Amino acid sequence: MSTTAPSVQAPAVPRTATWRERISNPWGRPRFLAITTWLYILWSLLPVLLAIRFAFNSGRSRTSLQGWSLRWFWEDPTLSVFNDPTLQQALKHSIELALIVMVVAMPLGTALALGMRRWIGPGSGVANIVLLLPLVTPELVFAVGMFLLFTTAFGFIGLGTTAQAIGQVTFTLSWVVLIIRGRLATIGKDVEEAAADLGAPPMHVVGRVLLPLLVPAMAASLLVAFALSIDDFVVSQYLASGADTTTVPMRIYSQARGGPTPALNALATIMLLVSLLALVLAYVVFRALTRGEQSDRGSAFKQLATDLG
Amino acid sequence: MSSRWIWRLLAIPGLVWLAVFFVVAFYAIISVGFGNVTTLYEPVPHWNPLDWNVGYIWQAITNVLPGGDTWDTFLRTIIYVVVAVILSLAIGYPVAWYAARHAGRWRGLILVLLVLPFWISYLMRMFAWTNLLAEHGYATRLLHALSIDTLFQKIGLLDGTDWLGGQHIAVIMALVYGYVPYLILPLFAALDRIDQRHIEAARDLGASPAGAFWRVVVPLSKTGMLAGIVLIALPMFGDYYTPDLISGSPKTAILGNAINGYVQGGPDKSLGAALTLLMSAFLLVFMIYYLRVVRADQREMAQHA
Repeated sequence: MSTTAPSVQAPAVPRTATWRERISNPWGRPRFLAITTWLYILWSLLPVLLAIRFAFNSGRSRTSLQGWSLRWFWEDPTLSVFNDPTLQQALKHSIELALIVMVVAMPLGTALALGMRRWIGPGSGVANIVLLLPLVTPELVFAVGMFLLFTTAFGFIGLGTTAQAIGQVTFTLSWVVLIIRGRLATIGKDVEEAAADLGAPPMHVVGRVLLPLLVPAMAASLLVAFALSIDDFVVSQYLASGADTTTVPMRIYSQARGGPTPALNALATIMLLVSLLALVLAYVVFRALTRGEQSDRGSAFKQLATDLG
Repeated sequence: MSSRWIWRLLAIPGLVWLAVFFVVAFYAIISVGFGNVTTLYEPVPHWNPLDWNVGYIWQAITNVLPGGDTWDTFLRTIIYVVVAVILSLAIGYPVAWYAARHAGRWRGLILVLLVLPFWISYLMRMFAWTNLLAEHGYATRLLHALSIDTLFQKIGLLDGTDWLGGQHIAVIMALVYGYVPYLILPLFAALDRIDQRHIEAARDLGASPAGAFWRVVVPLSKTGMLAGIVLIALPMFGDYYTPDLISGSPKTAILGNAINGYVQGGPDKSLGAALTLLMSAFLLVFMIYYLRVVRADQREMAQHA
């Protein structure tokens, strides 16, 4: 048996590696790492998949499986997402806010990124730091500041939808600028300089040369603004004024520990579907927009991934 | 015609927006923290630094010092964040390393799965655990079947049987669960950039696999690792919803809970503002470090472009 073994083995593997070699050889197949990674992925996604599954329960339990139904989406006459005004209101308000934030943050951020690029001089350093600070400020600090601002000096705006939208736009703005700026860096300055050399006034350099090239990044930043707004909890909560300014994350927060029905799972599931739908839509749009630039398949995704930072 | 004005004109609306709603908002915290209150305990901000009242700041400082009201909370926050960051690294590093180096044909799929949590609302991810860790939840049952609950009770990590009833371990694991995706991505980017030839050179020159890892890979990924740590530690300091959802008990309250309690709950908004200021001052060091890393990175990218 020991004499036949070598002839059976493939020539590329002269002997079986010890487990020590297996885990430490940088060229080998690292099983330990593979197992860790897949276990991690399972751990990170399974709870959410189960939460989605509970949304389809026919019973009231959110802790064990009880058949399949759409009861918590619309069939239940009082408790389902479709028939419970508080849940429906949260869904509507979340989407409404996300649309406002998207539409305001994208143009504002694009203009800012374009302007900052050519702004060399006193103040540009400070402006750059102020631009990056929202990315690292803990959301709570930011929310407390906004809350105090809107309840004191800016009392004329007050709390509510407007304040929530302003708050979300403010921290979304920096992300938009980063995305546009990344794209501007890959475009390079040659294109604008060529246009200017050929006699194009600055307005045309921006309008006819840069903006068309920036469209994919603008689409990506719309998506990011939408996603950041949908996911936001702290700012929306601090700047909310009452029941009609409750968003989905706020609804989850206030009901999660109070014996909720699977309708809350259903609400979260719908929200997740909305953001995945936005992602797919953005991907399709992005691919259509960048078709001319890259021919190989999958490059649009890579470009989108790089544009998203 | 000068072409300069058009660039300025483009930048102005965004800069004014940030100045008003970010800089002035932060100044509002300062003004309230150094301000006063009406007889109904409504905060009266003192916008003029000459009128500043240091009473609340002083109270906040004495509260976070040993023996003060917030000292326990402050200490707990530090312990939670440090333990959660260490656990996140222990989980995140192997995962990022595998995805960057060894995933082979699975790489695309693994990357998508690693990014997927970003598209799931944080609150929903926490809510999912409240389903599983409830009394008859699947996680509770699994932990019981594996005798992990009795083991944890013996070594003092679990008090009683209710995972959602003020357990430190549950809140720390929830923080890890919530924030580890944000650590993995920068780590992945840093590890992905390492030239395989550096590792091969180290091995050719006689380094053991572990030696090559510790003396080549780890130093080369240090910047990405530190940036990732800061990226997850900062929001953990400002977190209050994770302990609220996973425990809801004052036993697991962290600084975020204290601030949230003052500002949204009670009559002590000014003290809340003062505490927010203290926390910001404490975090400023980390924030500046992160900004420097990001800017160095941007410059490097600009040079390559």
